[in-house]
Amino acid sequence: MADAAIHGHEHEDQRSLFTRWVMSTNHKDIGLLYLVVSALAGFISVAFTVYMRMELMEPGVQYMCLEGARFIVDNASTCTPNGHLWNVMITYHGVLMMFFVVIPALFGGFGNYFMPLQIGAPDMAFPRMNNLSFWMYVAGVSLGVASLLAPGGNEQLGSGVGWVLYPPLSTNEGGMSMDLAIFAVHVSGASSILGAINMITTFLNMRAPGMTLFKVPLFSWSIFVTSWLILLSLPVLAGAITMLLTDRNFGTTFFDPAGGGDPILYQHILWFFGHPEVYIIILPGFGIISHVIATFARKPVFGYLPMVWAIIAIGALGFVVWAHHMYTVGMSLTQQSYFMLATMVIAVPTGVKVFSWIATMWGGSIEFKTPMLWAFGFLFLFTVGGVTGVVLSQAGVDRAYHDTYYVVAHFHYVMSLGAVFAIFAGIYFYFSKMTGRQYPEWAGKLHFWAMFIGANLTFFPQHFLGRQGMPRRYIDYPEAFAKWNYVSSLGAFLSFASFIFFFGVVIYSLRAGARDARANPWNEYADTLEWTLPSPPPEHTFEILPKQEDWDKSPAH
Amino acid sequence: MAHVKNHDYHILNPSLYPFLASVFAFIMLFGAVLFMHDSGPWVMLIGFVGVLYVMFGWWAETVKENQAGDHTPVVLIGLRYGFILFIMSEVMFFAAWFWSFFKHAMYPMGEQSPLVDGVWPPAGIETFDPWHLPLINTLILLCSGAAATWAHHAIAHENNRKDMINGLAIAVALGLIFTVFQAYEYSHAAFGFSGNIYGANFYMATGFHGFHVIVGTIFLFICMLRAMRGHFTPESHLGFEAAAWYWHFVDVVWLFLFAAVYIWGG
Repeated sequence: MADAAIHGHEHEDQRSLFTRWVMSTNHKDIGLLYLVVSALAGFISVAFTVYMRMELMEPGVQYMCLEGARFIVDNASTCTPNGHLWNVMITYHGVLMMFFVVIPALFGGFGNYFMPLQIGAPDMAFPRMNNLSFWMYVAGVSLGVASLLAPGGNEQLGSGVGWVLYPPLSTNEGGMSMDLAIFAVHVSGASSILGAINMITTFLNMRAPGMTLFKVPLFSWSIFVTSWLILLSLPVLAGAITMLLTDRNFGTTFFDPAGGGDPILYQHILWFFGHPEVYIIILPGFGIISHVIATFARKPVFGYLPMVWAIIAIGALGFVVWAHHMYTVGMSLTQQSYFMLATMVIAVPTGVKVFSWIATMWGGSIEFKTPMLWAFGFLFLFTVGGVTGVVLSQAGVDRAYHDTYYVVAHFHYVMSLGAVFAIFAGIYFYFSKMTGRQYPEWAGKLHFWAMFIGANLTFFPQHFLGRQGMPRRYIDYPEAFAKWNYVSSLGAFLSFASFIFFFGVVIYSLRAGARDARANPWNEYADTLEWTLPSPPPEHTFEILPKQEDWDKSPAH
Repeated sequence: MAHVKNHDYHILNPSLYPFLASVFAFIMLFGAVLFMHDSGPWVMLIGFVGVLYVMFGWWAETVKENQAGDHTPVVLIGLRYGFILFIMSEVMFFAAWFWSFFKHAMYPMGEQSPLVDGVWPPAGIETFDPWHLPLINTLILLCSGAAATWAHHAIAHENNRKDMINGLAIAVALGLIFTVFQAYEYSHAAFGFSGNIYGANFYMATGFHGFHVIVGTIFLFICMLRAMRGHFTPESHLGFEAAAWYWHFVDVVWLFLFAAVYIWGG
């Protein structure tokens, strides 16, 4: 299987550190860079949530005081609630997670590393532009951090306007912070668009000989569809935030009714991007999960073709449902009915995927290795989030749930738990492939269980809070909500502990993990091309393009 | 690189340009924020010059690679895909501006919104007569597109470098005239950029179009210089092809602007 002709010639790596990591034109190195930087951004973003959950653990404001942010309760001195700090925390948690953590990890990291390998391409179509995508992403993160530390609204640092940047909040927020945040989103958008162009071209133009479109592995398909969503939705967002920028600085009135503008317009344009965005986040996760489940159930994935078409359908439908985020802005009933119907239709292809994963496992010989645990966790959590999504799609029901913790619980179940569990599944699945070392199995399992319990403990009670009517985005709440907030905070601390533990596992495994250079550490159902290469793969892969028998398991198909 | 590659794809050497590009982009945008908050424009301008430098250096290298024969047929196909995709993303960028325009033109805000719509164009706004300068500009841009197509025909079918250069020179000149006319029109507008939605929509939509015209003109001009140096053959003239596609895209955006903003929405 590991035919010497497929992979590159073994040779000394003569590149200096600078050449290899700064001037890179190598999709595998750039993929690793993406994963590392997104992990750092993720850490900042998660640290914010821990601070928020500390504050919400008990009624009253104990930590985020105008007298200075605290980490220890001090009943002796007064504490005036600092709502701005709270708003800054929720804003940057959202902005970082949406633009700078999940997309770069799944699309930039795994997409870059594994999509070319899966289709047998020697590199990306535009290797140099690939590096531009990465460094623009870093520039975006830097602008985002600068925005956090720059003078903002309420004579304090940072902007507290929510990640959606709705006007008039965002147009009235003082200081430079908001403008830096807008540019951060511009730059990260440019980075993603360049990445999408690269991925689509690679996918269309560089598949191995004989690999027709419907023989491409599912993860590569998911990256391809994701690229289209990025390509067509992010430029629209760029337009919307440019309008914000000119409204803020040059006196235009796109969103200001005093000059004939309309703030609701911003919500429409934002969500025209924002809804595809949530599929941009989750689709690559679908791809990873398909491979993990097929591998550890020891069965080929059930219903390959419907799986592909489901991804395409989800991507296409994602563009026509945006206003279900805005049921309460005063749209006509006809509009609400349409968006409700269209939204519910998405449950169909999503159902196809979930049932196909279950059918893949049906009658399989399931092995609960760490990646499979994460995939299992994903399946459960994503389904919970999907079901509450169907609840929320009802315009009438949404009247009651809009902007409550029910919504927070819903989208954290699909994104924080769905997408993040897919990232961890991918990391454990591919760790030895990328590094040539294996993590201790017990550590991966401990990480999973701690995170699984912690995440459910955090977010499941938030359904109850939402049903009780607790609104989101507030620093404080009445006594009546105290119990489930307390539980939720405990869950957040457990999840955070597991996240720290994860960093420990990675550092330990990189330095002292068991060496494992086998091409395929799992089994013959990990049958895509990346498993034919040594671990870690050499600098240049597929210098001789793979032959069809290397990857095609059902040639008559 | 000491090893052999046995495929036609383009494996590039390490390059500092991407890193430099994002450093300069950061400086430029950080400087822009400073500029918008009452500091001087210098940080922004330094970043901007840096970005221009990277663009020049990077694309000059791409041209060199092309001349060195790195762009095999399969790489050329990839470059075509890439450029078409880039234009598609540009189309979606303009979608945002047209969205804002159509929203405000079809459902203008008024005292009673959203129960009763306001009027469009907003009261007190005196719009341009589309059948004067805008019509002339439309013709100029269409003629320029025709000249670019002539140049394309000359190189692709007749290998006639002289006609190609002539066609490009006309296309570039008409592009410049368009920009000058547009600037003239702006300077005679009866409405401002700020404080009213008509001006915001008008200037941002036509302004971004105008920016694309300038970029396209430079792109065609570079192709003219390259044609003079004999870079293009009937088989391989992708740089020019991309410029022509871009130019036609800019043309089409203008036709939509002309029809929607100037005629229908005026």
